[in-house]
Amino acid sequence: MKEKIDSLRQGFEQELAKAASSEAVEKLRVAYLGRKGSVTELLKGLKDVGAQEKKELGQHINQLKKQVEERLSQQVEAIRAAEEQREIDSAQQYDVTLPVGGALGSYHPITVVQRQLEEIFASMGFIVEDYNEIVTDYQCFEAVNIPKDHPARDMQDTYYLENGQLLKTHTSAAQNFILQKYGAPVRAIFPGRCFRNEATDASHETTFFQMEGIMVDKNISISNLIYFMKTMLSEVFERDVKVRLRPGFFPFVEPGFELDINCLICGGEGCSTCHHSGWVELCPCGMIHPNVLKMGGVDPEEYTGFAFGLGLTRLVMMKYGVKDIRDLNSGNLKALSQFRQA
Amino acid sequence: MLISMNWIGDFVDLSGLDLPGLIQRFTLSTAEVEEVMEMGRDLRDVVAGKILSVENHPDSKKLHLLKVDGGDKIYDVVCGAPNVREGLIVPFVKEGGMVAGQAIRCAKLAGYESHGMCCSEKELGISADHAGLMELPEDTPVGRDITELYAIQDTVFEVDNKSLTNRPDLWGHYGIAREFAALTGRELKPLETVSLAAFDSLDPIDIQVEDQELCYRYTGLKVRNITKKVSPVDMRIRLFYCGSRAINLLADLTNYLMLEMGQPMHAFDCAKVDSIQVKRFDAPFVFTTLDGVERKIDENTLMICSQGQPVAVAGIMGGLDSEIEDSTDSLLLESANFDASSVRKSSTRLGLRTDASMRYEKTLDPEMTDLAIQRFMKLLLDIDPQAQVISRLTDVYVKHYPAVELTFHKAYVDRYTGIEIEDERILSTLRSLGFTARQEGEQFTVQAPSWRATKDVTIKADIIEEITRIYGYDNFNISTTLSPLHPQKKSQENRADNTAKDILVRTYGLHEVHSYLWADAKKCRALGIGLEENVKLVNAQTPDHETLRRSMGPTLLSILQENRAFAPEFGVFEIGRVVEGIKEDGLCSERKKLGLALYSRNTGERELFYRMIEIVKALGNGVKGIDLQLANCAPQADWQHPRNTAVVMGSGQALGWVCALRPSVARAIDRKAAVITAQLDMAALAALPAGALTYQEPSRFPGMDMDLSLLLPEGMRFADMEPAWAGAGNTLKSVSLIDSFEQNGRRSLTLRFAFSSQEKTLSKEEVQPIVDGIVEKLNAAGAVLRA
Repeated sequence: MKEKIDSLRQGFEQELAKAASSEAVEKLRVAYLGRKGSVTELLKGLKDVGAQEKKELGQHINQLKKQVEERLSQQVEAIRAAEEQREIDSAQQYDVTLPVGGALGSYHPITVVQRQLEEIFASMGFIVEDYNEIVTDYQCFEAVNIPKDHPARDMQDTYYLENGQLLKTHTSAAQNFILQKYGAPVRAIFPGRCFRNEATDASHETTFFQMEGIMVDKNISISNLIYFMKTMLSEVFERDVKVRLRPGFFPFVEPGFELDINCLICGGEGCSTCHHSGWVELCPCGMIHPNVLKMGGVDPEEYTGFAFGLGLTRLVMMKYGVKDIRDLNSGNLKALSQFRQA
Repeated sequence: MLISMNWIGDFVDLSGLDLPGLIQRFTLSTAEVEEVMEMGRDLRDVVAGKILSVENHPDSKKLHLLKVDGGDKIYDVVCGAPNVREGLIVPFVKEGGMVAGQAIRCAKLAGYESHGMCCSEKELGISADHAGLMELPEDTPVGRDITELYAIQDTVFEVDNKSLTNRPDLWGHYGIAREFAALTGRELKPLETVSLAAFDSLDPIDIQVEDQELCYRYTGLKVRNITKKVSPVDMRIRLFYCGSRAINLLADLTNYLMLEMGQPMHAFDCAKVDSIQVKRFDAPFVFTTLDGVERKIDENTLMICSQGQPVAVAGIMGGLDSEIEDSTDSLLLESANFDASSVRKSSTRLGLRTDASMRYEKTLDPEMTDLAIQRFMKLLLDIDPQAQVISRLTDVYVKHYPAVELTFHKAYVDRYTGIEIEDERILSTLRSLGFTARQEGEQFTVQAPSWRATKDVTIKADIIEEITRIYGYDNFNISTTLSPLHPQKKSQENRADNTAKDILVRTYGLHEVHSYLWADAKKCRALGIGLEENVKLVNAQTPDHETLRRSMGPTLLSILQENRAFAPEFGVFEIGRVVEGIKEDGLCSERKKLGLALYSRNTGERELFYRMIEIVKALGNGVKGIDLQLANCAPQADWQHPRNTAVVMGSGQALGWVCALRPSVARAIDRKAAVITAQLDMAALAALPAGALTYQEPSRFPGMDMDLSLLLPEGMRFADMEPAWAGAGNTLKSVSLIDSFEQNGRRSLTLRFAFSSQEKTLSKEEVQPIVDGIVEKLNAAGAVLRA
């Protein structure tokens, strides 16, 4: 009996070595462990042997059975692994460099830059306001200290409507509304579309965006104004920009300034962009004129404030190197579809 | 405006200072300098040369052979100038010297060597005169360097006129010099004048200011026996460097005075003008100005008259008939002050902007009219001592500006500037600018000088500007505010706009565009779109752009059409304004709209229409968490499809529309493509209450889906079927569209009915009867199960 067990074990190992497919292994399993399998038969044969022998043989047979089971499952796993490897080896490797996709949408570049600015100002506690494009003469001029007959009205070629209203020439037209709405203290930005009736060319458009900001509180000073402008512009251009203030005349501020930043093209060395001065004029700003505060319902003896007007369209052109301002309102998707991120 | 530093040097001693640095400070403290030009610095070895002999060139009619005494030796020179003659002293560039940046070397001209060059004024760069050689006076020392003889070397800078609009005092060199004095702390010299008190016994000029509204002051003086005709060289150089043209002594003097003091003056020929009336006329007439142009003068234009006849347009230009000529030897000098706004308007009406009108527009100081005449006389008598004053200095002073006195505390300055500026510095700065300033304790009292008191300085904040600009903004310590911070929520509208943009760009791949507030009539015509009546611009650049847009549709359709080559399938959107006519209060009804337009050569119009509905619904959900509903409606514009235009409803409110196009319009855009457009009112959408989310515990039991394929009778819509399952009970969770197609002209829909229960696993036996009930009702409505 013992010899039979050993020869069975040997025969199994020989056959197992030849079993190269999962079907062959299964056949082998049936042949040894099936109901009529060799090992099963051995176990059945135990009933004919004596008790003493039965115990010893039983152990041997069970050992064999366990060995067969283990070896079979090892073989099954080896075959499965080999088959999967073959599958893997024969699999096609995808061309990850294939230019797939492409039909992505785009934001208008004004939206892109406007969002950046809004985020910066929101982080400094400014509210973001919106305002009409069609305004009254009062809102656009009178309320920002530009009375009738003032030469400043000559500087701006205004589009007038049949009903006496006009298309706002600057975002300052919203100053009165914001001051009336929020009172003091207030910090707000108000981006918007502005209109000037002038001949268009690569650097002039009838329709363009500005972004105005005001900050009013007790004790707001020129020193604060310079600080905020420098901080904000450093954020916008993502580097430490140098700013300088020059006197500038705008009826709604006193004192008024022209703010220059050091030329980003040449770093202030002087180049054609900055007319070799090292500085680029970027935005008018100033301390809000007491009359403007007064008309906005804010007491100029108690409160002071600053205001600034950023040329949003100009900023977009500077930032992305847009040479022709007319591209921005052209609806030309060859130009506009490039701005996929906002 | 061009400023000569030599001229400035007459009034403030800037010796030993770095001029470029000073001019830079002027930019930072006063007004923007656009350009700095070095004049006459490229001359080398240009001397007064005496022509000793002149011989005709044997082969040339034009050329002469000269012997020129250059002081050091005699030079052989070939010269083509017409005015060469023996004994003439001229500017002479010696061989090896330089003029106008060009080196002069020995050169052969028509066979003869020339060892230098005689110059015209143009060649020296001191005028535009190139008619002949510049003739120097007989007593000029031969061999003396020309730059020692005349003030040819100068630094001239150009100030941006726009940055001077609010500073009437800066329209002459003396005012600019005052700025330099304040910036450097050096003394401003008084203007040298002559007193005319000695002539007070003479008869006055008959000056009648009939229009006391527009003429503030008129000062005049008569002078005769003027013998000199040509201005001194140095004066002519200054005029030329500052952009003026030398004409004759009297004209040059008035220009010189204007450039020096900013006071425009006019010299009438005394033989033609001997009395003055300042008035407006009742009826329009034609008047010839001294530029020879006939101009229509209307009843609003202030005129200067003599014996009732107009002789000048006040503050703008004199008349041709009373112009001083080279033969004039007596003059009536006008130094006046006119209403700024009136001059500006007249100048605009006439289309005539002169150096004088530009200055009057800025509201000049009337205090300087008599001073300007005294200065004029000082200059005239220095040049022509024979000139004789023949009238009293006659002065009609109609309107005085009130004195501007301002009082403020030191604390005000501290608060406004945010930095500490010493009291003494405040006082000295203001005084250097001509203000009177005194301090009592913490209080300052300041009076503006007359030249700053016409409009420029009116409030305390103006004084802050004076103090800080001279202090220098570059010298400011900068600091953040100490204001308390409050959370600032984004507005509903701002959030709605941004969410909508993100959905459209990121989910649906649309492109954001910007267009114009007005409809483009030409583009509309090209697409067969009728222009909608609306508010018009009164001054549009072209009639095609005069009507404001009522809807976003036509603009976006044009953009689709222009971008056909961009891709076979794309969409655009714009959040912009439209005007829906005029409201009851007379103001425009401006609305913020989202316009959408889809274009496809890949799919049909129906698919594109449904895609637009999907986008619109996604906006309702994404922006406000609400389900938007659509219903067919009549088109609002002629370009919309009469059958396929739908109103978009949200919370019972009409928010916009989705539409296909009238076939002719669709074909005009592209015969081979489908186009769908839509519009939503962003302000109205943003203002809707947000849909509240009520969280549903997910069922722990599997649900059961039942699909029904239904054949619909003609004209039946999905909404018509909805009542069939309206009462199906709460185990029916949703009904969704799985498939839709058309066969033999009838529409088939496959709907999926999803059932589930919170309490148990539903059995087929429980669900089937519900489905049967739905089918029964659908059958009754005409929809049958497809075999």
